[in-house]
Formats: sequence, C-alpha cells, structure tokens
Amino acid sequence: MIECRDIDKIYQSGSVETKVLKSVSFKIEEGEFVAIMGPSGSGKSTLMHILGCLDTPTNGNYFLDEQDVSQLSDDELADIRKNKIGFVFQSFNLLPRATVLRNVVLPLVYAGIPREKREEQAKIVLQEAGLEESHYYHLSNQLSGGQMQRVAIARALVNNPSLVLADEPTGNLDTKTGEIVLETFQKLNAEHKRTIVLITHERYVAEHANRIIHIIDGRIVEDGQNKHQRFINGKTT
Amino acid sequence: MIISDLLQETYSAIFMNKVRSGLTILGIIIGIGSVVAMISIGQGAQGQIQSSIESIGSNLIMVMPGFQAGAGSQVRSSRGSAQTLTREDADAISEQVSFIGAVAPEISSRYQITAKGTNTNTSIIGTVASYSQVRNVEIELGLFISDQHVRNLSKVAVLGPTTRDDLFGENSNPVGQKVRINRIDFTVIGVTKTKGGTGFGSQDDMIFIPLSTAQRFLAGSDHVSTISVQAQDSDYMASVQQQVTSLLLTRHNISDPQMADFSVMNQADIVETASSVTNTFTVLLAAIAGISLVVGGIGIMNMMLTTVTERTREIGLRKAIGAKNKDISFQFLAEAIMLTFIGGVVGVIFGWLISLLISKFGGITTSVSMFSIVLAFGVSAAIGICFGYYPARRAASLKPIEALRYE
Repeated sequence: MIECRDIDKIYQSGSVETKVLKSVSFKIEEGEFVAIMGPSGSGKSTLMHILGCLDTPTNGNYFLDEQDVSQLSDDELADIRKNKIGFVFQSFNLLPRATVLRNVVLPLVYAGIPREKREEQAKIVLQEAGLEESHYYHLSNQLSGGQMQRVAIARALVNNPSLVLADEPTGNLDTKTGEIVLETFQKLNAEHKRTIVLITHERYVAEHANRIIHIIDGRIVEDGQNKHQRFINGKTT
Repeated sequence: MIISDLLQETYSAIFMNKVRSGLTILGIIIGIGSVVAMISIGQGAQGQIQSSIESIGSNLIMVMPGFQAGAGSQVRSSRGSAQTLTREDADAISEQVSFIGAVAPEISSRYQITAKGTNTNTSIIGTVASYSQVRNVEIELGLFISDQHVRNLSKVAVLGPTTRDDLFGENSNPVGQKVRINRIDFTVIGVTKTKGGTGFGSQDDMIFIPLSTAQRFLAGSDHVSTISVQAQDSDYMASVQQQVTSLLLTRHNISDPQMADFSVMNQADIVETASSVTNTFTVLLAAIAGISLVVGGIGIMNMMLTTVTERTREIGLRKAIGAKNKDISFQFLAEAIMLTFIGGVVGVIFGWLISLLISKFGGITTSVSMFSIVLAFGVSAAIGICFGYYPARRAASLKPIEALRYE
C-alpha cells in the first residue's frame, strides 16, 4: 500500500546541491510495523517528510494507497495528510492552552466532522492509546511526558489514517516512559492492525518494530525482518 | 473548518495573552472612540446651526428688493436700494402662486424709541397678521397684530422680549403702556416669546407694528422691504421660488431675468451653505481622529506578526494534520478582525460617553448618529482585514516542515 520507487531528494542552496536521498525504493504493506533507522544526517527525516506528504520528492514516485502523490500541490497534499496520515512528533506538538480532548479532535476540525461525532471518535482513540479517562479534560501542559505522547498518538489515530508516522517518538522521554510509548505502538499494530512507520536513530528503539529499514547517507543499506524483536516486557525473541 | 470552531480558536488565542490583546484593543478603542466623538461634535454643531436658521421660519422663501436704484428714489441707507416691492406684489403672490402657506410683506427700519424716560434704538417691523405664522413668532403676553389693526391703521405695537426688557425692565408686563416711535405714540398690545439664538440678527430685539401704519406714518411710501413666502412643504420650495420670480418679473414688466429689480432667496440654500461649512469641519475632525485609528491598526498588525512568529510550530502542526493555507489565513484574519471588532464596540460606547460629557460640561451640542456608528464599525472591520491580511498571509505561507522545526 506504500510504495517508493527510485526516490531522489535534492536540496539546492545557492549553487550547492545536496543529494539527501539517493534512489530509495521500498514497499510497506498494510498492517506492518516498520522502523526506519539511521544516524543523523542520513536522510531519514527527509524520507519521513516525503512519506508524510509534507514534502515531495525531486525525482521518483511515491504511491500511497495506489495513488501517486509525488507531484501534488500544497492543498492536495494537505487533503492527503488530513485523510490518510497521522503524525507523532518527538516534541509532542500539543496545543498547550487546550484540553486533551480538544487536541485530539483537532484533525477532525479541519476535516469538517460535526462536534458530537468528533468527541465520540476522540474518546475511542484515547482509549486505544491508553490514556486514563480522568485526564480527558485536563489542559495538555498539565500532563507528564508519557501522557502527552499518548495524547499525540491518539491525535494521530483519530482520523483513522492509512499510515501512522512517528518521528523519534521516544526522543524526549526517559527510558521507562519511552518503553511504555513503544509498547503502545506495538499494541496498536498487533491488536488494531495499524500500519506504523517509526523513525529513529537508536537501534534499541528500532528493534521494537517487525521490520527495519536501515538508511545511511541517503541510501538503504539494509531492509529486512527484525529477528530480535523486543517485546513489552523487555524479552527478545 | 466550521465557523464555531474558528470562533473558538480565535477566542482562546485572544484570551491566552490578555494584556497584549487588551493593549492592542485599547489602540482601536481610542481610534474609534475619537472618530465617533469628533463626528458627534461636528454633527451637533450642524444641527444647532440648522435649527437656528429654521427658527426664522420653515420652508421660507424671501423676496427682497434688488440693488438697482430706481430713478429719483429717496432711499434711506438702511433700507434696500430699490423700492420696487409693494403690498400689491405680496397680495398678487398670495392670490396667484400655488402651494404656498402664507405670505407676509414687511417693511423694516431702525428708529429711536422712547418710553417713560428710557429709550432704545431698534428695528421697527411693519407687517401683517400672517407674519407670526410665516416667521414662527409666538406671543408671550397679549396679542400679535391682527388684520383689523392693519386695515384700521392702528397705532399698536408688539415688543420683542429684549426690547421690552430695555424699555420697561426685565419680565415686566408692558401691555397697555405707550411707546413713542418717531414722535408718534403706539400702544403696546403684546410681547413675543424669546427665540434665543443669534442666527441672523437677534430676533428678540424688535418691535412689530401694522404694515399700513408703518407705511403711512413712518416710511411715507407704500413699498415693502421684504416679502416672506412660506411654501406648504419643502418639496414645493423650488416650484414656489420659480413662480414668485416669474410673477414678479411680469408685474414689474421686466423681460430679462438678469435685470430683475428684486431677488428671491430660498431658505434651503442658506441651510445648504451653512451645512457645507459644518460638513467640512466634521470631515476635518474625523480625519484627525482617523489618524489615531490607523495607528491602532498598525498596533494590530504588530501584534499579529508577533503572534505568528510565536506560534510558528503550532502553525506547522496544524498544517501537518491537514490544515490548508486558507484555514490558517482565516484563523489569523479572524483574530485580527475579532480584536478590531471588540475595539469597535467598546470604542463606540467610549466615544458616545465622551460626546455626552462634552455636551454636559463643554456646552457644545453633540449628536451621535447611526451613521457615525455604522461608519466606525465599517472602518474598524476594514482595518482588521487590511492590517490582519499581511500577518495571516505570512502564517499561511509557512512551509510545514520548516515551521515544525522552528525553535
């Protein structure tokens, strides 16, 4: 359902050209939990932006649900993001002065969903993300880091996306809380069949996924099933 | 995005930073408030001048002698230079011109008047009974001149309140007493009500006597110095003016209107002239106040630009979850308009209070009209749109990736 074919991304600043992605090709099927791993500067963030329809490739094609989205306009990309993609960021990016519920319904506001239906959907995904019901009406800046990230995960799920993109979701969390968040992703993948792409520079984090795509200097150097998948209680298979 | 969501976002954004929003709104309040107050002063002055012009009578057309001196005339300097209008002209107007309410010929001149050891110098108006109707003269004591007085050449006089005060003492009742005008005794039969105002010469310092008496005993001729014609309605003013002019041209055997020995003045023209003066004055005041409104608008723009910068990451997030450029620009535009709208509402109240205080303590009549309120709202909304547009566009044009990375 996701297919990248020979994707190049070139940044031009003045006369200097920087080729960030070099002929990247891969496929992700529905229901997969994939980690894209690489050191900083490897192009993994750029790849995530392209996968998330925040940016378009310079060359090559990107198919999302059989639709080629590589050459769409800003507004068309906004529509794709609204309907098919959920983002989880390293720094949560919640609206600080708004309640948990308000944060979660925000994507539905832009999708023009009526008020009652929004709240209903938001409560379902908040439960899925594992946030206690007593926090629904708290302001988001009164929550702990782990709770904030769960709100962000719920926000990413609320529009029922084809793809959940998580960009270093544990980067701002301590190990223990990070573990809980990764656990949440595993559960979403296993129990709710969500397709998840996790971007990280840590092998340890990547090892929570089913499959790891290793990218260095804009090229895929390794793409295969994760044979040592870490599980909820820290065990490896 | 639906309107109620837009309003909710706008509300929370404005109330997040109460002090900053408050100060920005204050700029608009002062701007709108001063525009409303200044216009109310201008319009109050206009109303005052208008009503003072109208106190000499409503729907009035005045016929006055022209400036050509008739051959061998014995014109006195204080009278018109031509003695071409007569009582008969006035009668002809009242018989032949349609759409008129009443016609009042008059002859006026200044004389020294004495009464019981005091004396004064004032205008003597010789006129007829309909004068009181045409020129809005009301009686405080006694009676006005009647048609019978005019027929009988009665030596009776009606005093203006100021003249009464000068001759007989303040608020006295002089009815039945004698005054001596040009060595002829007149019996006082009434006193007119004070009109106040100083519009076109004080209307309170004069003495009215019957027209025939004035012509026979004082002027010694049968000309009149003014014929006041009242139209039935303001719509007929032009028509009446036209008819009076052509009638008098025929009666005076003048074929070329340029050579007319009389002039016909329309009260509406006088009002219009005065209005154009006060209009200029109002526009000037409003323009000065408008400057502060523009300054307030710049304050809005400044705040919005700061807000956009502060909320760059939030804008990035909104775009990432599917907000289109127009959603973002509407959000910021709505914020700017909301600020000016609140400023506009409070500003109108503020301006209205100022104009109340000015009329209470400053002695200047003010009037806050619907027009100035609508204008103030229109201008404040326009300012919101103009000064909010650029920051909103700037927010909308941010690239989501860069906005998300912004520190």
